[in-house]
Amino acid sequence: MEIKLRDPKLVMKLSKLGSFHQSKLSFLRSFLKEFKDWDYKRDLFDLDENGNGKAVYSLKKNNKTYSLVCFANNISDLERSDRVIATRWDAAFALHDGVPSKMDIDRLHKNVPKQEVGRLSYKELTLSRANKSIRIFNYIVECLSKGKQPDKKKILDVGYLYRTTAVYGSGKFGLADRFRIKNRNEICGPFRLEMMLVYLVRQFTFDQVNHIAKQKNPRDAVELDREICRNLGIGNSTGLGMAPFIINHPILLNNWILSRETSLKKIREIKKVANEDSEIFKIFLKKSIKNISYWNTESEYQKKKIKELYEDLKKLINFLDDNFDFKKNYPFNDLYIWCEKNLKDECIEFAVSMFMEPYDNIINPLIRKMSADEDKFFTIPAQKNIECLRKIIEENYSQIIKIDFSKKENNQNFWFISKNKEEPRLADRYKEQGSELEQPLAIARDIKKLYERISNIKNSLTVGKFLIENNDLRHLVRRVFISEFFPYAEIQDNTIGSQLMPIDMLRLKLSFFGAVKFDPRSDKWLRICMFQGAPLPNELKSLDSGWIYNSIN
Amino acid sequence: MISLSEIDTTVKRATKAVGFSWGIAEEVGKCIRILEMFGLPGLKNLNQYFRVFNSKKFQNISLISKSNISNLSYCPIISGLNFLDQSHVLQDLVEIEFENVAFPIIFVAFLSRSSEIIGKRIFLKIDGKEFLLNFNQSIYSNYFSEKIIEQASKIKITFIENKNSFNDKEWQELYKLSEQTFVNETDELKQKAAGAGLTDND
Repeated sequence: MEIKLRDPKLVMKLSKLGSFHQSKLSFLRSFLKEFKDWDYKRDLFDLDENGNGKAVYSLKKNNKTYSLVCFANNISDLERSDRVIATRWDAAFALHDGVPSKMDIDRLHKNVPKQEVGRLSYKELTLSRANKSIRIFNYIVECLSKGKQPDKKKILDVGYLYRTTAVYGSGKFGLADRFRIKNRNEICGPFRLEMMLVYLVRQFTFDQVNHIAKQKNPRDAVELDREICRNLGIGNSTGLGMAPFIINHPILLNNWILSRETSLKKIREIKKVANEDSEIFKIFLKKSIKNISYWNTESEYQKKKIKELYEDLKKLINFLDDNFDFKKNYPFNDLYIWCEKNLKDECIEFAVSMFMEPYDNIINPLIRKMSADEDKFFTIPAQKNIECLRKIIEENYSQIIKIDFSKKENNQNFWFISKNKEEPRLADRYKEQGSELEQPLAIARDIKKLYERISNIKNSLTVGKFLIENNDLRHLVRRVFISEFFPYAEIQDNTIGSQLMPIDMLRLKLSFFGAVKFDPRSDKWLRICMFQGAPLPNELKSLDSGWIYNSIN
Repeated sequence: MISLSEIDTTVKRATKAVGFSWGIAEEVGKCIRILEMFGLPGLKNLNQYFRVFNSKKFQNISLISKSNISNLSYCPIISGLNFLDQSHVLQDLVEIEFENVAFPIIFVAFLSRSSEIIGKRIFLKIDGKEFLLNFNQSIYSNYFSEKIIEQASKIKITFIENKNSFNDKEWQELYKLSEQTFVNETDELKQKAAGAGLTDND
């Protein structure tokens, strides 16, 4: 039986994309699997009694070494801000390519704590900073220094000691360009080195908290229990900076979604499911309920989604326990169809992620297809004609060209780059100034403009000749031809409408990172947690691929 | 050092800022990135072009022909872009000449990309400076200066047909040498070693 890939016009709706969850395809899970046999070492740990100073951690295999260089600083509570406008952080980090020399560390010390206003070199791969979750951090120091372990419930509700507020890579601020790393054997997919940085930062947070407690009370202090450590991750505060990324990288977006959709298709096509595989699916599904029950947020929007997910998950588990026979043919297909009929998007997409758990043989080859060589499709095939362009628009953007952009509400917002921080922002076109400097992210509106522009153009005219007089729409023409080969390249929604929920765009990207506990703080930024439940670096060699469902909670 | 990614992004934004569309700005970002990667002074030339862009007038060519002459200097961006878009047709002209092109180094990047699109090397002569554009994989040139070239009086573009740089005799000589790595098969080996069937008439 051949199952069709799900229709991009349904999958690529923002409400659907905003319901995605972590899965076996997620980058932080892939990263751990790919680096599990690398040797971990803490090469330098030079902190004062308050935990300020520098440290270096490395992952090494054969002749290849990646080193995380950490700088912890003393900052006042007033200076501590997760917003991108902050200029000082509790700690700052750079992932160095190789073993840093003393000169490298001195150079990095002058630049890494400055973040965006510092300069890195081609020897650095990623850059980040993080702030303490001060209440939890101080509480743990207090407990450990008195020789006690902290209350698990109290700290796991938060889930981390530090929150990163940005992780930069790919040539930003002088970092190594992507071309320098993309062909390395150990880099099997996107964002691996960003994941490595975050993972090693997590270990630094444990070492720092232990160090401060020990300095406070050398006689009685104990180290944070390893099981508690495993169940702490790294938090992250993410704002709108991430949202345009998925619009600006259509081929990469396609490859992520296509991998997910292909895995679903292949799993639905399995005629006979082995008992062992259905058991793995059911066990992880039941375990995952615990993760959901400890998913805290103050956002009413997310609370509603979590409640619905929780109820739907119980419904799904009951259905599996009461009625479902995995011995029949194509059971995952039947189960998926049942999910579509009986569950809401949040749980349907959760189930899709869970379907993948037993199937390394399906998932592993797809993981290798999640990167993109975007330059290959950058050039517009100008020798094609308008008939071809029109046909692609009518097929791939059929819903978008129905949107009425003469209505104010469909044109409500505009995306711009803030002069202050060079970061993307969203504003109301009718209330705020600056819409004349709008970024080219209103794809739906502009595709419609292109469609209208070619309505009276004869079919035989080449795109090259059309562009002579219509270069204002050149970036759209490029996108249309990309969508011809990449069905999931475009968000099938209006990214400037009054109903836009930008956090759906963030959530989509973060789910592919492998983030959990999405905690929207507004419709424009959210907090998440990464690596909660993951093994510690010195336990990596015995990695359990289902670690994400092992948290104590 | 400024990364290529930063160059691409900043050039894109600057190109938009002087009045080009986003789509053109994307192309210019890529082109300057290519020039800088190949060691040619793309950013310097673009910067100087944008300094004078709004105070001087430039000619925007649309359809490119075998000989392109203008009293006003041709804009290297619009000329380059149209060359890129029309390159499938232009290759049939074999040789193309431009007179009076502003900041021709910028133009080079578009030709380099055209070389990749049509799958042919392009030989380019900008006044006395020679460039061999190899499918956008490399640029071979006798021009090593980092100076800004504000004007080219004459640009001659030649599409080079894909042909070998050696003759048959040279090839055969080398091929014969390579045969020394082969094993002489016995009749038995001929039958067994290939793995395939002896007849394929099934």
